[in-house]
Amino acid sequence: MKILKLPKANFQKFLLSLKNYGEVHIPKKKSEESYVFAPMEDPSEVALEYLRTIIPPKKYFFKPKESIFHYGDGNHFNEHIEDIDKKIVLFGLHPCDIHGLKILDIVFGTGYIDKYYFARRRNVLIIGLSCMPDERCFCRSMGTDATEDGFDLFLSELKNSYLVTVGSSQGDDITNDLKDLLGEITKKDTNEYLKIRNERKKRFKLQLDISDLPYILELQRESEVWDDLGKKCLCCGSCSMVCPTCSCFNVYDNLSLDTKKGERIRQWDSCLFKDYAVVAGGHNFRANRADRVRNRYYHKQHGFVTQFGKPSCTGCGRCIQYCPTQIHVVEVFNKIRGEE
Amino acid sequence: MTPQHTLLDYSSKARVQNVMLPQLARLVRVIPMVQDNYLFLFRFEDPHLNETFVYKPGQFVELTIIGTGEAPISISSTPTRKGVLEMCVRRMGRVTNALYNLPENSFVGIRGPYGNGYPVEDMKGHDVLIVAGGLGMAPLRSLLNYILDNRNQFGRLILMYGTKTPDDVLFRDELESLTRRGDLECLLAVEQAYQYPGAHPWRGKIGLVTDLFQYAKNIDVPNTIAAICGPPIFYKFVLEKLLKMNFSKDHILMSLERRMECGVGKCGHCAIGYKYTCIDGPIFTYWDVINMPELIEF
Repeated sequence: MKILKLPKANFQKFLLSLKNYGEVHIPKKKSEESYVFAPMEDPSEVALEYLRTIIPPKKYFFKPKESIFHYGDGNHFNEHIEDIDKKIVLFGLHPCDIHGLKILDIVFGTGYIDKYYFARRRNVLIIGLSCMPDERCFCRSMGTDATEDGFDLFLSELKNSYLVTVGSSQGDDITNDLKDLLGEITKKDTNEYLKIRNERKKRFKLQLDISDLPYILELQRESEVWDDLGKKCLCCGSCSMVCPTCSCFNVYDNLSLDTKKGERIRQWDSCLFKDYAVVAGGHNFRANRADRVRNRYYHKQHGFVTQFGKPSCTGCGRCIQYCPTQIHVVEVFNKIRGEE
Repeated sequence: MTPQHTLLDYSSKARVQNVMLPQLARLVRVIPMVQDNYLFLFRFEDPHLNETFVYKPGQFVELTIIGTGEAPISISSTPTRKGVLEMCVRRMGRVTNALYNLPENSFVGIRGPYGNGYPVEDMKGHDVLIVAGGLGMAPLRSLLNYILDNRNQFGRLILMYGTKTPDDVLFRDELESLTRRGDLECLLAVEQAYQYPGAHPWRGKIGLVTDLFQYAKNIDVPNTIAAICGPPIFYKFVLEKLLKMNFSKDHILMSLERRMECGVGKCGHCAIGYKYTCIDGPIFTYWDVINMPELIEF
């Protein structure tokens, strides 16, 4: 693995140079406590202190709402893939969000392949950035606090520099192009990294034991915890929207006023919404809020684990931070585990 | 295996055929069967596709009514008879309503086939017991005709079909003509045989579908696969009967319904635990069903 050093003095130049590889998107501060991935206008805008954006990077690959084909121009269904040729450099993803994309790669790439997702995935360079956890981070429990792949470059912050890990052939091309900004790493840098890494390990306060969670969930299917949760949850779907791995969508058609032309839309959906499991004729397979909430928790920590061997949760803490009724996913599972 | 999370992996996946894009087809004929349950016949516009569209009994397609939207519809024809896709559709929701209002020869979109379908290869060599209730005949008719078209590859074949009245019997002419065959025990029952002036006289049995079991003597249970489909109350009583007869839970095949929007295991709507009705189903064994809470409501 190739690891180089980027002195902080060269960082702004580095960020500006990324424009040669596509439209650069960075974490920006939006208000007191909220951040967003958005196009960089000036390198000074980069919010290096950010911990989590409201909407995760999935928005670049799996659009909140997109037209997937249109009809009415002759007797054809015309494929439409938004941003099919748009090159983007996505800077500043923390390991949890890189894992989020790796989970989406599985979802959209297993069995039937989702062309829309991968048409954009191939055009986006991922540049990771190290982080220090807050009280809502539990990525360490999910095994997503570090990553060996899923990025083109990864920047680990030291006091006066960044370690730059090269994760792909395209990442290597960038470091070759920018070799004047980069240097070799020294023994001192390694020691500094280890010190920071050990400090980071101590900062994790939130923990979730998932060792035998699917089995416990199997036993606790009828637990009153779900009923209590059903009373507290508004089923607003915020947790699904901000989740880096939630990927449910709705499919519907939009028509022109003369009904001669139309387009098929797919749009983010949430399993918490009331009409999510309604079938023609009106029967709702999950009419109760408690059933819908339980379904979401079981999907993340039971269903996905059974199917792919790991949870579809990255421990990013977004659902904890943005729940309007302060539902705390770790507290819920700890209750289910009897570890209150 | 292609290495994951590499440009090669992504760009090869970006080049696949787009599974969300329907193929243009034409509604060639509408055959009224019973009230709000018509048979719709479709052909693809691409003549080649009519020959190459391969499916299994029990699979479904996503049918686009241009200007309304898309809905999952099970295929009632058999893959052994190519050229025309037949779908028995109940007028139920937005899309099916639009289909009923669609003039013949209109364009539609079809993508698929989706779902696992009946495990017909594994069923070969076995006796097959098909039990249908009401509209459950729609997907089972595909299986029935598939077996009849490959009759020598299967053992004893029994069909039990029950509805409320003779006016509710799907494929009535076709099924009544099958009662003449010596290699199929075709048992039909209605709860009430209405007799009104001009009504086609009912020659089947009167009673519930479960009453038909008395006419199928000496079923070789360990060698028989049961394929059953019908409304919730039907499942309750037919399952009870089959289990009493000592049918193994994984020799009972059920066809289930969920909200299948994408058909390709992505949109999430039909998920039950880690199973997706659209790719892991819609055909499940009773053993699968027991192991998937909320899969069926009796």
